Amino acid sequence: MTKYVVKRVLLAVVTLFLICLITFFAMNAIPGGPFNGEKAKSAAVMKVLNERYNLDKPVIVQFGYYMKNLLHGDFGVSLKTGRDIRQTINESFAISARIGAMAMVIAIIVGIVLGSIAALMRNKWPDRVIVFFATLATAMPSFVLASLLLLLFCIKLKWIPVWSSTSHNYILPVLSLSLYPMAYITRLTKTSMLDVLGQDYIRTARAKGVAGWKVIFKHALRNALIPVITYVGPMTASILTGSLVIEKIFTIGGLGSKFVDCITNRDYTMIMGTTIFLATLMVIMNLLSDLVYKLVDPRIKLE
Amino acid sequence: MATENNVNDLPLPKKNPLSLQIDLSKFEKATDEEKKQQDVMSESTTFFKDGMRKLMKNPLAVGSIIVLILIILMMIVTPHVVPYTYSQIITVDGKRDTGAKNLKPFQYSKMEQAYIAKGGKVFPHVMGTDELSRDYFVRVVYGTRVSFMVGVFASLIVGIIGVLYGSISGYSGGKTDMIMMRIVDIIYSLPDLLVIILLSVVFKETLDFSKVPILQKLGANMVSMFLVFGLLYWVGMARLVRGQILTIKENEYVLAARAIGARPNRIIWHHILPNCISVIIISIALEIPSAIFTESYLSFIGLGVALPMPSLGALASDARSGMQSYPLKLVFPALMIVLIVLAFNLLGDGLRDAFDPKLRK
Repeated sequence: MTKYVVKRVLLAVVTLFLICLITFFAMNAIPGGPFNGEKAKSAAVMKVLNERYNLDKPVIVQFGYYMKNLLHGDFGVSLKTGRDIRQTINESFAISARIGAMAMVIAIIVGIVLGSIAALMRNKWPDRVIVFFATLATAMPSFVLASLLLLLFCIKLKWIPVWSSTSHNYILPVLSLSLYPMAYITRLTKTSMLDVLGQDYIRTARAKGVAGWKVIFKHALRNALIPVITYVGPMTASILTGSLVIEKIFTIGGLGSKFVDCITNRDYTMIMGTTIFLATLMVIMNLLSDLVYKLVDPRIKLE
Repeated sequence: MATENNVNDLPLPKKNPLSLQIDLSKFEKATDEEKKQQDVMSESTTFFKDGMRKLMKNPLAVGSIIVLILIILMMIVTPHVVPYTYSQIITVDGKRDTGAKNLKPFQYSKMEQAYIAKGGKVFPHVMGTDELSRDYFVRVVYGTRVSFMVGVFASLIVGIIGVLYGSISGYSGGKTDMIMMRIVDIIYSLPDLLVIILLSVVFKETLDFSKVPILQKLGANMVSMFLVFGLLYWVGMARLVRGQILTIKENEYVLAARAIGARPNRIIWHHILPNCISVIIISIALEIPSAIFTESYLSFIGLGVALPMPSLGALASDARSGMQSYPLKLVFPALMIVLIVLAFNLLGDGLRDAFDPKLRK
């Protein structure tokens, strides 16, 4: 187990380093420096500025400085607003995290319940209805879904006010973020539940007279949920990238909409900082879900 | 013995009561009808034929095939039938009709109505027009075409690179395999969408496409998307192919081929790949919807195909601004995306059920 943990952690570190490398060199490849603004500056001023921010050094040395700052938690300042990037991330991520966490919890709970129902009532009408909607939900990009929800509930039915970012109305954003993972978890739970229900130990439990609900909750569901753990990592990625568009549609000032703004504004340092931050989050979640998965299921062979 | 009496009645000479000689009187000749039952009823079948038969029995898969054929037909036929183009303002009688903004489906503008009253013929705007007086149906069809093409080509790129890499890695084994798979592991854990966004931003600024007309038409964003698909998305396919090859290369016929001196190249192409081609094709088919998803996502955050070329994602994204007054403009492209993705997903599932050797009984 230790060997496996070490291996996975090493892989995560390499991945993170690679992300920083790609981000840094990608942004460096764009012509023009941070001081090539509207106003032309004299050569002397430019020289001083370049020296001050180490821009006269070779790129690889600059990368070294950037990494050093990153490890100290310093993402630099935004090119457009001049604000500290870390502060911006701190502020805006709180909003995104709240919506994301809500979406995750809802996706997991509802997904597991629906998946179990579908598995237990296999080939009956609840199963068919659930599978139909799960298939439909995985065929719809989140922004299309979000726009359609907005259209339906805010404009046609007028149940929810259109611009409600101030009143903390998170229903639609959370719903549109959680629907895809929810559908995925439903399908995942259904398959693994069916698999588990066919196992010998379930028959044994039934044979020795354990109550039906107890078999499901105590024997079947526990093992059926293991594959869901592996999906937590990818789900984080899908919710984080999904939040870019969802926050834009519902005008929520979270990290997602900030990221889209800095792409359209070409705020390169901000793009770098946000990319690295989001990527780190995804890599860590992936690592955690992998490790927990191995911890929970002893049948999985450790390399 | 009970049978003693019967035996005595026989016309045949009886040698020994315990003889196993067949007692013919107990049998009767088979009628022609009964003979027919012994004939082999089903014709001999190939892997492909059998799979197709199974596929055709799956109503969802057949439905998706029909939907896809209809969509492809629509993409081919529409430009020849509808007299509008995706980037031009509608012209009536040779004059630009700027009054034809945001028409409802099958509605005509004032200029068109006047022209019709004069006896002219105007092709109906099946899905209305957009805010720049362009026929929306044509734009949706072209958008479908772009999204479709992006999906197909991206998954072909993924397929080719994945198969090459995976088969080399799986066949060589040993240290080569280990190093190649570690690279795959690292790439696999990169957050792909973030990297696509990053590279799209960079390529938009750095690459000069003005000399290559096709690339110019697609735009930097699409090229970078293809590039990223080529750089990142193939790893899933590579893993799949490697796994397949690892099991197949243990077969005796591979050993036999190696024994008569076939080169690895030939063994992979002629002996191993044909045996896992079904799995590869299925996962390429399932890759198409994910590429269409990615494209529409990028279009939404402004990193999609170059203007004025429409894609379904770009159309849906544009439609949001006027959603309150013209909701149908969102519904049409959204419906197309859902139809295409759903059809490919269901077809992929159907293909897997029909062709995947692991699932075959």
